[in-house]
Amino acid sequence: MANSYLLEVGVEEMPAHVVTPSIKQLHERVAKYLKEQRITFDSIREYATPRRMALLIEGLSDKQPDIDESVKGPAKKIAQDQDGNWTKAAIGFTRGQGATVDDIEFKDVKGTEYVFVEKHIAGKSVAEVLQGLPKVITSMNFPTLMKWGYNNLQFIRPIRWLVSLLNDEVVPFSILDVHAGRQTQGHRFLGHPVEIASAESYEQTLHDDFVIADQAQRKQLIKEQINKIINEHDWQIDWDADLLEEVNNLVEWPTAFAGSFDKKYLALPDAVLITSMKDNQRFFCVRDHDGKLLPHFISVRNGNTKFIENVIKGNERVLVPRLEDAQFFYEEDQKLSIDQYVERLKKVSFHDKISSMYDKMARTAVIAQILGKKLNLNDEELADLDRAAHIYKFDLTTQMVGEFAELQGIMGEIYAKLFGEKASVAAAIREHYMPISAEGDLPSTKIGTVLAIADKLDSIISFFATGMIPSGSNDPYALRRQAYGIVRMMAEQGWHLPLLDMQSEFADAIQKAGIETKFDYQKNAGQVREFFMDRLKQFFNAEKMRHDIVDAVTDTNQYDIVNILAAAKSINEQKDDDGFKDDIEALTRVLRIAKKGQGQDSNINSQLFQNPSEEKLFNAVNNVADDFSQEDMDKDLRSLRSLSSVITEYFDENMIMDKDEQIKNNRLAQLQEIANMTKELGNLDLLIVK
Amino acid sequence: MTKKLTVQDIIFTLEKYWADQGCMLMQAYDNEKGAGTMSPYTFLRAIGPEPWNVAYVEPSRRPADGRYGENPNRLYQHHQFQVLMKPSPDNIQELYLGSLKQLGIDPLEHDIRFVEDNWENPSMGCAGVGWEVWLDGMEVTQFTYFQVVGELTMNPVASEVTYGLERLAEYIQNVDSVYDLEWADGVLYGDIFKEPEYEHSKYSFEESNQEMLLEAFNNYESEAKRLIKLGLVHPAYDYVLKCSHTFNLLDARGAVSVTERAGYLHRIRIMAKSIAKAFVEERRKLGFPLIHDEKVRQQTVDEYTKKAEKAKERAAKQAAKKA
Repeated sequence: MANSYLLEVGVEEMPAHVVTPSIKQLHERVAKYLKEQRITFDSIREYATPRRMALLIEGLSDKQPDIDESVKGPAKKIAQDQDGNWTKAAIGFTRGQGATVDDIEFKDVKGTEYVFVEKHIAGKSVAEVLQGLPKVITSMNFPTLMKWGYNNLQFIRPIRWLVSLLNDEVVPFSILDVHAGRQTQGHRFLGHPVEIASAESYEQTLHDDFVIADQAQRKQLIKEQINKIINEHDWQIDWDADLLEEVNNLVEWPTAFAGSFDKKYLALPDAVLITSMKDNQRFFCVRDHDGKLLPHFISVRNGNTKFIENVIKGNERVLVPRLEDAQFFYEEDQKLSIDQYVERLKKVSFHDKISSMYDKMARTAVIAQILGKKLNLNDEELADLDRAAHIYKFDLTTQMVGEFAELQGIMGEIYAKLFGEKASVAAAIREHYMPISAEGDLPSTKIGTVLAIADKLDSIISFFATGMIPSGSNDPYALRRQAYGIVRMMAEQGWHLPLLDMQSEFADAIQKAGIETKFDYQKNAGQVREFFMDRLKQFFNAEKMRHDIVDAVTDTNQYDIVNILAAAKSINEQKDDDGFKDDIEALTRVLRIAKKGQGQDSNINSQLFQNPSEEKLFNAVNNVADDFSQEDMDKDLRSLRSLSSVITEYFDENMIMDKDEQIKNNRLAQLQEIANMTKELGNLDLLIVK
Repeated sequence: MTKKLTVQDIIFTLEKYWADQGCMLMQAYDNEKGAGTMSPYTFLRAIGPEPWNVAYVEPSRRPADGRYGENPNRLYQHHQFQVLMKPSPDNIQELYLGSLKQLGIDPLEHDIRFVEDNWENPSMGCAGVGWEVWLDGMEVTQFTYFQVVGELTMNPVASEVTYGLERLAEYIQNVDSVYDLEWADGVLYGDIFKEPEYEHSKYSFEESNQEMLLEAFNNYESEAKRLIKLGLVHPAYDYVLKCSHTFNLLDARGAVSVTERAGYLHRIRIMAKSIAKAFVEERRKLGFPLIHDEKVRQQTVDEYTKKAEKAKERAAKQAAKKA
């Protein structure tokens, strides 16, 4: 018979952002548990609200299949003594299997007789297996954990009830002092405690008690309600998927409504209005057909339409002081100058152990100029970059950013323009924070990109130099994200720079510029490079690059991120070429033998050549070397591969480890030269060619 | 609603309600502090195994939030109605909602939400998990399950409910400025607090004597440390509160750089931590008298005594190693 099982974990309100990942986690854990327990099922449906995580499992088998197995024990000669009596080993074995010596059979295994016991294990019933769920539930992980009452269990929020129904029967278990039954809770205010008749009636029972348990259905309903409002008023709305997801997980019975505010506040920058409404109140902003913000908002209540006028009025009232504050800050902030804000940064700490924000900007400005010059920015661009780099954190000391931290950079751009800075400088101030998340948007301007790279580089170098190096899950300053951002920006721009070998150049220039650092700016440079290699691996993984290619190109002495990326790309593109395998094998043979001559780089003396194939390889390698670009990885890889037949011939004809020391070293020097050239691409020896 | 509740009506209502739920009514603690949590009735009593249920109004001073009496919602001193229940009752959320009903706020006529907001007070070594409660979008209450207090892990866990009395009263009386609130019949909040708000702001931002405050901080700190050594937990804690308020005054004056800030907070935390430990020890020596079940009390005392002895042994061993 196919069974249905309902599990509901009732909790005090979970954080909205935790609801969806948690129900997915519970789903996975329960599915894994059932699989381990050899209980089959057809499907699992997820239900989740702020107050509950529930799974409806359908098509469950009645029980675990029985198991018949032959269990192998000791060899016969160990199981019986000379007189044929059972030994302790035999008795112990049978006891361990829940059998007796009478059950023993002998079977031949590769010419030796062994003791065997035939075992029949009756499968447990599904109800019995389901009683193991408390462990599955309590082993869940959450971003924050808490204890409550006298308990020591750590969970996302206190567990208040449990529903466990196999068809229409309760499968009893408990977590702490909460006993599973059939009673759930309806909506916190509109609903009641209510009994569920059978697993299949869960959704309907809750619906009757003002809970829409299905997340997708609830979200759809919110969308429809909002659409109805905006159609009535002929409004447009910013459909923000994250906001919709959050709002959806703050309610069990949604009712959308519109509210208004005084249109005088529309004089505020859009970003400020949006932050006040969206981030602080979870309101949707409303626009006209030209995309201009309107003095209205849409919000979603956790309840029905009764007394909604109170709710509208209350929400409107909350917004006013926020907008009033923002307007006050906006006007006050414009009374000072950028210079005054920058001056204040001397008192703002970037990090206790590193420096003030002011000095951080000064270091970044030095790095930005070095990078800008290497990238051949023109004089105007260099001047803009320098201006931006000297002021880009100024908005941190404005009142607006003091109140709305999430507007950092955004207010910087707005104020910079108001204070008469060039648009390119203002844009760079906003863009230097980018990318804000691992896969977030990259800066769109050249100056913004250079500033973003310089700022992040300085942060990474400074934290590493002062010993605050990320480890495990401990990365409080998000240095991984910043380094990853640099990799992405370099990949996007294709800028050739020995970025991973510039720390001493930066350090010297910073010192020359008279910027005091209370730490050695070059310290732990090696670890910085390693750190970037790990981010490159992350980047390659995101691109689904083959692991051996990743290993090969990151085992490199390259300092140019773009070259490393290109090396992987070219290997990946050429790997299916005819002859690729032979070419790589020839080159890796060179690598392995060249190792024996390592440390003795010397000139190749053509006078010492004994065979024509030596001359041939010498010439071929010289041709390749003359034409080696060190920037076009694709071409360089092809050139190196073109050597493969000459190399093969060379190995066929010459004994590298010649008895004559001079000849041997001359040959090793030849191989070493090729090996050195391949290193531009990484360690080809790590490629798996089949 | 026939007549709007005055601020003092709101206080009476909440006091009566929480007293009915088994809370003792305490009075505000007579030392300046930034939040009701810092009252010894919360900070100290949350620690340790003894049950503790209290409610009280706590005037809370935050010098940096002063606005010269000009901002309708920001205050040098506001009032918190603080409820602490340990162990956290299973129905604490329902109890809270019951209190709103007593104030005439029927959840069916409003939108009430529990929105995640975890709380932290690093200078006191405190952290908790909970929500801010939204009443039609307005945050009126902070709701916290304490997890760590004075760097000690809670066992049992205390639940704290902190009402922002001004916010709540503004909502109930339907006024937009705190100064228009009716405190008692015919007396407005502004009549009582507007001038002090101005004067305290003026003092905190312009007139405070930094040298005097810096010296006071150092003096309070050494006094607290001396008292901790003497095992005089409560006087020591008073001086920690004085340190904390003095620091807040210095901070409002802009006399503390960001780097120094961390240093001051660290100094306060170190003291808070040793006081937390000493308080548990003091209660243990008294035999945890608030645990009324004799058997449980004895067991708990034994358990803590064993722990204390082990800690003593460890300390002795370490001292011997050093010597």
